[in-house]
Amino acid sequence: MSRFAGTTILLRSYLRRDRWMLLGWIAANVAVYWSQAVGTRSIYPNQADLDRAAASMESNPAFVALAGPTRALDTIGGQVAWQSSVTGAVLAALMSMFLVTRHTRAEEESGRDELVRSSVVGRDASVLATVVLVILANAVLAAGITLSLVGYDLEWAGCLALGLSAGLCGLVFGAVALVAAQVVTSARAANGVAGTAIGIAYVLRAIGDVGPGALTWLSPIGWSQGVRAFAGERWWPLALLAGVAVVLTVTALELLHRRDFGSGPWPARPGPARGALHSELGLVWRLQRGAVIGWCVGLFVGGIAYGSVGDGVEDLLGDSETSRDIFLAGGGGTDLVDSFYGVAIVMLALIACGFTVTSVLRMRGEEVDGHAELLLATAVSRRRWSWAHLTVTIGGSAAGLVLGGLGLGVGYAIVTGDAGAVLRYVPAAAQQVLSVLAVGAIAWFGYGLSSRFGVPGWLAVAFCFVVLMFATVLQMPEWMQDVSPFHRLPLLPAESFDLAAAVGVGVVVVLLAIAGDQLLRRRDLSHQ
Amino acid sequence: MTAPIRIQGLRKLFGSFAALDGLDLEVASGEVHGFLGPNGAGKSTTIRVLLGLLRSDGGAIELLGGDPWTDAARLHRRLAYVPGDVSLWPSLSGGEVIDLLGRLRGGLDERRRADLVDRFELDPTKKCRTYSKGNRQKVALVAALASDVELLMLDEPTSGLDPLMEAVFTDCVDEFRGEGHSVLLSSHILAEVERLCDRVSIIRAGRTVESGTLADLRHLTRTSVTAELEQVPDLSGLTGIHEPEIEGQQVRFQVDTDHLGAAIEALSRGGIRSLTSTPPTLEELFLRHYGDWLEDEP
Repeated sequence: MSRFAGTTILLRSYLRRDRWMLLGWIAANVAVYWSQAVGTRSIYPNQADLDRAAASMESNPAFVALAGPTRALDTIGGQVAWQSSVTGAVLAALMSMFLVTRHTRAEEESGRDELVRSSVVGRDASVLATVVLVILANAVLAAGITLSLVGYDLEWAGCLALGLSAGLCGLVFGAVALVAAQVVTSARAANGVAGTAIGIAYVLRAIGDVGPGALTWLSPIGWSQGVRAFAGERWWPLALLAGVAVVLTVTALELLHRRDFGSGPWPARPGPARGALHSELGLVWRLQRGAVIGWCVGLFVGGIAYGSVGDGVEDLLGDSETSRDIFLAGGGGTDLVDSFYGVAIVMLALIACGFTVTSVLRMRGEEVDGHAELLLATAVSRRRWSWAHLTVTIGGSAAGLVLGGLGLGVGYAIVTGDAGAVLRYVPAAAQQVLSVLAVGAIAWFGYGLSSRFGVPGWLAVAFCFVVLMFATVLQMPEWMQDVSPFHRLPLLPAESFDLAAAVGVGVVVVLLAIAGDQLLRRRDLSHQ
Repeated sequence: MTAPIRIQGLRKLFGSFAALDGLDLEVASGEVHGFLGPNGAGKSTTIRVLLGLLRSDGGAIELLGGDPWTDAARLHRRLAYVPGDVSLWPSLSGGEVIDLLGRLRGGLDERRRADLVDRFELDPTKKCRTYSKGNRQKVALVAALASDVELLMLDEPTSGLDPLMEAVFTDCVDEFRGEGHSVLLSSHILAEVERLCDRVSIIRAGRTVESGTLADLRHLTRTSVTAELEQVPDLSGLTGIHEPEIEGQQVRFQVDTDHLGAAIEALSRGGIRSLTSTPPTLEELFLRHYGDWLEDEP
């Protein structure tokens, strides 16, 4: 059909362009599952250990809110499924989202798509090639997860259920991104819309799993866990995921056919004839305000979701020695509620790194797009330009974290009536501003070295995430865990504030900031 | 008054590739200086070094009496730049970008801004994502021309403009020079160069190959002469004559411009009935220099 002419060639070019990116995403996601299979076996060598762990975790709302409903936790398979399926589903969703926007709206925005479409390429070829690419990526992911687990003496059905549920969850959010790419006119905005959808799906399932179960059924992540891998699999939620992915894809095609190339469904509205922007900081704020507000709202809502778990943690964990040990591993505190929320705040802070790193790397986008060149040809120095970006990054990160802590305190206070929680959790969140900025400083240092280096910041986020979630399972040595600023700083409010640690992290941030600044001042600016 | 731009022996390496390899350029005060050369010759790289975006790897470079790398921001108050490929913030309107760039440069002349928006027929309320290439260029041109500066650096500024707008641009540059200011104009549009430039520099593979007024450069090339004579004299003794063709009473040849006088003298001895002498066009000038470049290539 002529509508799809050229699809194969496009698909091959996508695979070629994305090969490393695909490899990275898929390998990281498979590693999440595989490391659980390896790790669980070594922490719980015999059934008695597993039984004890299961008893301490089952029906615990705090854990359930983080990782989903507990099923068959007294088996290795059940543990693997429970520990990895939310992370795996979210990673698959993010991978698919980035793949889709990269080949649809981003190409259209840059004008490259126009060139491609002028050749013998059908109107829907790039969309079809993108859809096939996302299906392939998620199929390989599903196969990778399945095969990596089968080797560990786990039943085929459960392994397959885990693999398929992650892959199909990826497809759904790929389709969400495909719809978003038709509605909004920039790739950045499309990522914002689809990313918000992923966040909402996570929160809906967290609340639904703890409280009103109907909410879980509004979330694709909830459906993917509804497969009940290793706990008497039921397969129909997979059909639900596939069905929604198909419906969304058809909707996206329909929207694509109704709009003009380069625009959204509605004509662009005119802007002001005169400008109110007076400074580079004003410009950066204007460019970033949508992202800052979006992340702040997201972190606040996420905080409320965690906070509303309340003091259920205490009730369920109070009498179990093993669970105390697990939960307080590395912490050393005594108050279970406080250490639970300490971990929750670290989790929120790691999520906030998403803003911090993208915000730092916005400079890179501005440089490569040629916008920086225009500004730097005026009386704005590189230092003033970059500090305008860093100011928004620092301010946005701090605001997001404090709001996250505030949400957590408010949510907890509403459920328990303990208003003092706000005073405990806001400072705990504020402390993590340092850690988040440390991660941002690594991104900034990488950018200072070269506009090609966007990866260091994301690697730092991934490392800190691994330390938080998998350090015990991977039996990471303490010094290695301490490389993560989130681990180096005490787990407030369960532990007491450690001035030396805070100053240490602060010094690293300042040194990296100075180094990045010096590097940027000395290097050539790249362009298109 | 010192020259606003003075470059001697500029070198710029990208890895092991020498993008600029001993480039010389001098723009005098109050002149429009054409900056010509084939694609990839190093014109944009030179301009980006002048803007302090790239660091030079050797040679002397002076911009408005300062160092373009260390004094970048201070010097930029006194100049404006229009890139060849204008990329604007998609979510801002054209008017917002003009005002922002003007303010960051140290202020806009309000009256001139309004006048330029009008003359370039720019709709400043449109979002930049909806502008065509030509309209994006207009935004950058209005922002540059409405600023109170003494030097303009224009990198193929009219490549997306229609002929009417190009005429407006030419007028604007003329007016700017009329105020005693200087312009560095990189361009491939020869009519524009011929119309605007007081002097030109031609570069090739990162090196300056010619520099001077158009009249100077014409001297370096050949004039075509066609004459009808009563009796064709012997032309073989003349130097600087190329491709002579004799057809009955009619003579056609090309002559090195330096030897034109001697050639005409020789013709007049044969009794001239009619004579046309065509000076070299800028195209020919160009092709000669660009052509050599092709011949140099293996």
